[in-house]
Amino acid sequence: MSDRITRDEVVHVAKLARLELAPHEIDAFTEQLARVLEHAADVESLNVDDVPPTSHPLPLVNVFREDVVTDSIDRDEVLAQAPAAESHMFRVPPVLGEER
Amino acid sequence: MTWSIEPTLPEGWELVVGLEVHVELATATKLFCGCANQFGNEPNTNVCPVCLGLPGSLPVINGTAVKYAMQLGRALRCDVKPGIMARKNYFYPDMPKDYQTTQYDQPTNSNGSLVLPDGFVVGIERAHIEEDTGKSTHVGGGGRINDAVYSLVDYNRAGVPLVEIVSDPCLDTIEHAKAYVSGLRDILLAIGVSDARMEEGSMRVDANVSVRPAGTTELRTRCELKNINSIRSMGRAIEYEALRQIDLYTSGDNPRQETRHWDEAAGRSTAGRSKENLDDYRFFQEPDLVPLVPTAEEIAAIDAAMPALPSARRAALMEASGSDAEVVATLVDRGQDTMAIAAIDRGADAAKVVTRLQHDLAVDDFSKVTAESFAELIIMESAGDLTATQAKQVLAEMVDSGGHPREIAEARGFEAMEGDELSGLVDQLIADNPGEWQRFVDGDEGDRKKMQGFFTGQIMRATKGQADGRAVAELLAQRSAG
Ligand SMILES: [Zn+2]
Repeated sequence: MSDRITRDEVVHVAKLARLELAPHEIDAFTEQLARVLEHAADVESLNVDDVPPTSHPLPLVNVFREDVVTDSIDRDEVLAQAPAAESHMFRVPPVLGEER
Repeated sequence: MTWSIEPTLPEGWELVVGLEVHVELATATKLFCGCANQFGNEPNTNVCPVCLGLPGSLPVINGTAVKYAMQLGRALRCDVKPGIMARKNYFYPDMPKDYQTTQYDQPTNSNGSLVLPDGFVVGIERAHIEEDTGKSTHVGGGGRINDAVYSLVDYNRAGVPLVEIVSDPCLDTIEHAKAYVSGLRDILLAIGVSDARMEEGSMRVDANVSVRPAGTTELRTRCELKNINSIRSMGRAIEYEALRQIDLYTSGDNPRQETRHWDEAAGRSTAGRSKENLDDYRFFQEPDLVPLVPTAEEIAAIDAAMPALPSARRAALMEASGSDAEVVATLVDRGQDTMAIAAIDRGADAAKVVTRLQHDLAVDDFSKVTAESFAELIIMESAGDLTATQAKQVLAEMVDSGGHPREIAEARGFEAMEGDELSGLVDQLIADNPGEWQRFVDGDEGDRKKMQGFFTGQIMRATKGQADGRAVAELLAQRSAG
């Protein structure tokens, strides 16, 4: 197994992403993610001293929208998509240990 | 406002507070979509695919929000630099996208400061642009956490433009923390980018609190206080937290880094979740939003259009009046500094101008009093055309119905009373009230004061307030000495 990423790190990232992984999946993803990181390391080995940092591939900055109100969408239609709704609001399970 | 350091902490301990202030920008629309940015609407009526995070929707940033954020940055003396939007990933139902779009390592505003009325400088690390979350209402439970409780979410607020202003951990007293928040609010109102209402949540304060032995410089474990609803509540929450941490240290324990929720009614805070590691948010640059790159011209235009800010107004009034910081801060708070400076410029006595404003114009609405007429009133008083009492009465009428002080004084028949007439009246009163006079002459300090009040009151009644209080006091002193 590669030392690019540990099994514990995969478990931690899965938890952050709210993914429930079976033990064999954890092993498989550790292996796969290590390969992805290996590839990133290949890119890191290139000499990019003359290349400016690029945050976006398009040569665009300052794309703005005018501050003008447009129509929102129909509330009933929106709430009909939700697993549960009540009093015109989305009904969700409580999140334990979170702010209330 | 007081400048004294409150003796809230036990001897030997020092407070270290950094504040994170979230401010909703007063734009017409949300940050990334055209839904209305409006408080108090029916739930989930200001929503669309973008702010609900539906697949395939594309955010486009609100140019006005960005401009407001830069204005705020310049008002806070920040460097305004190219900014990049990023995704902060976490799961919580008030964020329908499962990430918050914010700025991470390249905020629009950084490295600023705010000067408090007493001269203390609060460093501002950054003031970055981000979106607000939706609003959850928690229902049911009957007090038991495992019961079938649930939350209802309204996404009207999701995507509303915010600026988060992060101060350095440099606030050393509760008074400074309070002065900082009111200073921020004053600036927001002065430049008009937010209505800054804490009670409506358009300005929200989280406080990072730690303590350390006095004289040391290390930063110890901090706790983040949330659910602070007013400046006063913030003061109580910080005090409670500092004392709690000192208790832990003195009993050989240590605080742990956590978020705590302030319960204003109970006057205490309770532990929330342990603070997530910053890495756990897995920030990455938002691919759908291109960089925000302000031009030098834009920043120059913002600076040129900047109204006078409270700190500059205080400095100007202090310079013009020579008054102390506390009085100056009061007058600037009330928006009476321009009137004061105009009156002083017109030749009115600076000390009298400040006194009259401070004590006799402490009213909500003084819009009918023009700077010219106010200056004229002070000049009349200084010249002895009006006694102090008359000046106050004229000013009260000016507040109610406007008008010119000279005309009001004339209509009321005010003329400062001549010395001879006044001394005659004083002698008459002494003759009519021998008992009181004896107490004034022979009594102790308290008696003397009480009787001076009695005689002055009688004179004022007899002259309908036209006598000069100071002249009466002088006459009484003269008579008792002779
Ligand atoms: Zn929307």
